[in-house]
Amino acid sequence: MTALVLAEHNNAELNPATLNAVAGAQALGGDVDVLVAGSGCAAVAEAAAQVSGVRKVLLCDSEAYGHALAENLAPLLVSLAEPYEHLLAAATTTGKNVMPRVAALLDVAQISDIIGIESADTFVRPIYAGNVIATVRSSDAKKVITVRTTAYDAAAATGGSGTVETVDGSAASGASQFIGEELTKSDRPELTAADIIVSGGRGVGSSENFAIIEALADKLGAAVGASRAAVDAGYVPNDYQVGQTGKVVAPTLYVAVGISGAIQHLAGMKDSKVIVAINKDEEAPIFGVADYGLVGDLFKEVPAMTEALD
Amino acid sequence: MKILVAVKRAIDYNVKARPKADGSGVDLANVKMSMNPFDEIAVEEALRIQEAGHATETIAVSIGPKQCQETLRTAMAMGIDRSILIETDEEVQPLAVAKLIKAVVDKEQPGLVFLGKQAIDDDSNQTGQMVAALLGWPQGTFACGVELMGEQVQVRREIDGGIQTIKLSLPAVVTSDLRLNEPRYVKLPNIMKAKKKPLDTVTPADLGVDIAPRLHLVKVAEPPVRQGGVKVPDVAALIDKLRNEAKVI
Repeated sequence: MTALVLAEHNNAELNPATLNAVAGAQALGGDVDVLVAGSGCAAVAEAAAQVSGVRKVLLCDSEAYGHALAENLAPLLVSLAEPYEHLLAAATTTGKNVMPRVAALLDVAQISDIIGIESADTFVRPIYAGNVIATVRSSDAKKVITVRTTAYDAAAATGGSGTVETVDGSAASGASQFIGEELTKSDRPELTAADIIVSGGRGVGSSENFAIIEALADKLGAAVGASRAAVDAGYVPNDYQVGQTGKVVAPTLYVAVGISGAIQHLAGMKDSKVIVAINKDEEAPIFGVADYGLVGDLFKEVPAMTEALD
Repeated sequence: MKILVAVKRAIDYNVKARPKADGSGVDLANVKMSMNPFDEIAVEEALRIQEAGHATETIAVSIGPKQCQETLRTAMAMGIDRSILIETDEEVQPLAVAKLIKAVVDKEQPGLVFLGKQAIDDDSNQTGQMVAALLGWPQGTFACGVELMGEQVQVRREIDGGIQTIKLSLPAVVTSDLRLNEPRYVKLPNIMKAKKKPLDTVTPADLGVDIAPRLHLVKVAEPPVRQGGVKVPDVAALIDKLRNEAKVI
């Protein structure tokens, strides 16, 4: 039994989410190979070969794969699928974009966003925004899977001794074309990889007011997140959103500020080790999941906390 | 150009789903059902493209039991011209849904197919990508901006690091994210008008599609419940707890 994991990267560095996907693949119990498809991405393949437990890295270096367009990546995965029983990727926007296309081309179901593996064909996944946990068994010969990254501790980035094997790709489909990217630039840690996250909700009130969230985050060395309400209100960009339809996070410490705790937000953060809630409404559902709740005015309490941490 | 929009009848987004006591499935008896919110956004986008003069006809398709007629009537009350119900009482999983939609596309030949990026019941986030794969069309998933440019469509996509812009040759599949638009409210006269709009019913067998499920539901369960902790009186107590009890800072 062998699994192939689609590596996510920017042609220079391996995205840490790949390490969680590798860990998920290793939980299946067989050998794990990694596909690094990109443009000028040899360094990524070298890094992937160092990941603990990786047997082999398939490197496909071609301009067609430079931006991970699904129309080009999916046929490549299909062409490499023959020896593998499981094809996996992290349930990031890249994995979610590419893998269903692979599954359909293989005429198999995809098992999305798994949080547990019962056996080679039986998986656990959240449905209904995390309100229900389903166990499903696949009857397909090949299983195409996306892995919820918070469910598996990252495989060690070093200590492995995988080999790198070059594989051939094909020309770009031409039907889709990368135009550009507006990536949020930040010196703070990446949301899905951060140890500590400070998130703001509608209670923060404005884009300008988010500065107090950012100040606390910077004092803690934390990433900044937000509820859907705060994103919809335009206080922060969409990639800050924590929740079932945004990012699913599980940091050591999650500080929810001015967030009431809608189901879909809780689904995105309730696996955090320690949750702190600061909210003026003592009836807010967020207090039902918080380890430590502070009822008070966030505009007073958050700056006070930032100052007290000096 | 025709636009096809796929709409799913799903649990209303305000209702909390619960497993049945025996774990055999989700309890949907007497639960309010509505159009999947992401699909409403897809319908709205199709209508805006039509209103801008880029589409001649908008068609909604839904798959499921007879009650999906209500979902299609809602889409037509929003402004969709006509509807197709692929009626079945069987469970239809994303791959089968994609095959059924492909069968409709083969017949209707739309230039764009819109779907919601995921349904809020099974949270699969697969169908649009699968439709695109089966048709051999390009896909613009998690769209927060759609702009038609002649024979191409430019799609802004919500990705983990920010926004990505891609350009697709038509015909193409686009799946809507939350911030693509704000769907219009349905007005009463339009609900009356929608009752007169054409709604055709076919079956998966009519379309020659095998919808046998590939995933077998073993069981469902409640998620582990996280217990709330304590309230602290002030910032000093909070920091003390985080430092000395939880030891996380």
